[in-house]
Amino acid sequence: MNKNSNLSREVIGYFQDNVQLLIELTVEHVQLVGLAVIVAIIIGVPLGIYLTTNESLAGTVLNLAGVIMTIPSIALFGIMVPIFSVINQGIGFLPAFVALILYSQLPIIRNTYTAIKNVDPQIRDAAEGIGMKTSQRLFRVEIPNTLPVIMAGVRTAVVLNIGIGVIAAFIGAGGLGELITQGISRGNQEMIIAGSIAISILGISADIILRFIQTLLTPKGFT
Amino acid sequence: MITYENVSKVYNGEVKAVDDVSFHVEAGETVVLLGPSGCGKTTLLRMVNGLESITNGDIQIDGKSTSALNKIDLRRNIGYVIQSNGLFPNMNIEQNVTVVPDLLGWDRKKKGDRYNYLMDLVGLNPDQFRKRYPHELSGGQQQRIGVVRALAADPPVMLMDEPFGALDPIIRERVQDEFLHIQQEVHKTILFVSHDIDEAIKMGDKIALMKDGKLMQYDPPADMLSQPKNDFVSQFVGQDRTLKRLNIHTLADLVQVMDLNESDATIEETKELLVTSSLRDTLSLILDQQVRQIIVVDNKGNNLGAIDFSIVKDYLSTRGGTESLSFSS
Repeated sequence: MNKNSNLSREVIGYFQDNVQLLIELTVEHVQLVGLAVIVAIIIGVPLGIYLTTNESLAGTVLNLAGVIMTIPSIALFGIMVPIFSVINQGIGFLPAFVALILYSQLPIIRNTYTAIKNVDPQIRDAAEGIGMKTSQRLFRVEIPNTLPVIMAGVRTAVVLNIGIGVIAAFIGAGGLGELITQGISRGNQEMIIAGSIAISILGISADIILRFIQTLLTPKGFT
Repeated sequence: MITYENVSKVYNGEVKAVDDVSFHVEAGETVVLLGPSGCGKTTLLRMVNGLESITNGDIQIDGKSTSALNKIDLRRNIGYVIQSNGLFPNMNIEQNVTVVPDLLGWDRKKKGDRYNYLMDLVGLNPDQFRKRYPHELSGGQQQRIGVVRALAADPPVMLMDEPFGALDPIIRERVQDEFLHIQQEVHKTILFVSHDIDEAIKMGDKIALMKDGKLMQYDPPADMLSQPKNDFVSQFVGQDRTLKRLNIHTLADLVQVMDLNESDATIEETKELLVTSSLRDTLSLILDQQVRQIIVVDNKGNNLGAIDFSIVKDYLSTRGGTESLSFSS
């Protein structure tokens, strides 16, 4: 009996013995990432649209979002701790939640901004010329025609955050990262591997589901 | 219907895109804004529905200054057609066509009826196209839908910015003919931007020829061809302007002012032509086929008399041509 097949049997065993725990942690993970991305969409999409009308601010905001993206995730979570300690929330859900919102901003803002910017000027001209108000132009023409690109940004943000969400466990925000952090501190290989597999499955399924939603949201008139 | 009063457009305080232009468009008339690129013709058009601001002067529709009107309402009452058709890719054909009625809050029934009526008018099957999307249509079909969309709310005024410019020549000719046919039915007041003198002659009741933002000449095509006001105009309308005039005049025009020959049954090289034929087709027949006599018939088949080359030539010179045909009969 070689070592590898032993290990895989132990990992499978771990999954079987800890179904309840795995489900709980997955739900926590999905909640953390899901809520963060929803808030990020609520901030990022309108902001991206607004930036198309304010060129000088657009550069600044996109650069700032770019800088946030380059901060290593462990460092960003680290920065959140002292900041949120001020309101006694230094450890737990809130700092992780905020950090994930910040990470989601770049793909969402940038995709929204670029998509709206790239709407065929002739189509925008036609919308204006036939007498659409700015809001009508936005909701009837520009957003429907850019939804696939905006959605691609959301997809990137979700997949990115599922991975980064693992680090959230270090500041006590729970989620599937728990298995990895605890596995490391206890020297428990099955736990680490089980956690990694669960996260990968979650990431891949999220991508597939969002890809499907993206297709649904793509107007039929698109090839 | 539309009056331009000393209209100017200045960019950045110095570049004059439109320079003190005044003219008047009668209701039901098609006026072609013609000129080389950068002459200000598109700017002139876009000032009517407020897509471009007016620096100086005023544009009035039905005696009302457009600057006093709400831009959104103004635009909804003016049909707008652009070169790239501007159809919305996310909407199907029916939604595209009825987008302005929808903005105006028409009910479903009225929108549906209007859609069916207009599609029939341009010879496209309403049901066959209803649920299709713009990208599934050919260029010619898309452009026709663009025209239909502009007609949807039955606006009295239409602005058309090189509407057929992106079509290949054969399709363009067909869509032009079709549009002339539609216009006979709908009688819109139309401003039509073009850079093509032939299109201008064909589509326009009048032509406004522009150069560097200034209005060079504003006349019916026949007058512009026979009496160009300056060198630029005569150069723009081309060395072959006499030939172009042949397009405008039909045998019916000629029959009204010229005495026709008795038809001579002994001439073998004889052809018949409908009185609605253009002089261009007439001359082409004479030159190509060694026809010595053309018998003009009306659409009931009555013989109105015979013509030959010299009658056409005399007719053109009586219509104020400044140059005679340079080849001899």
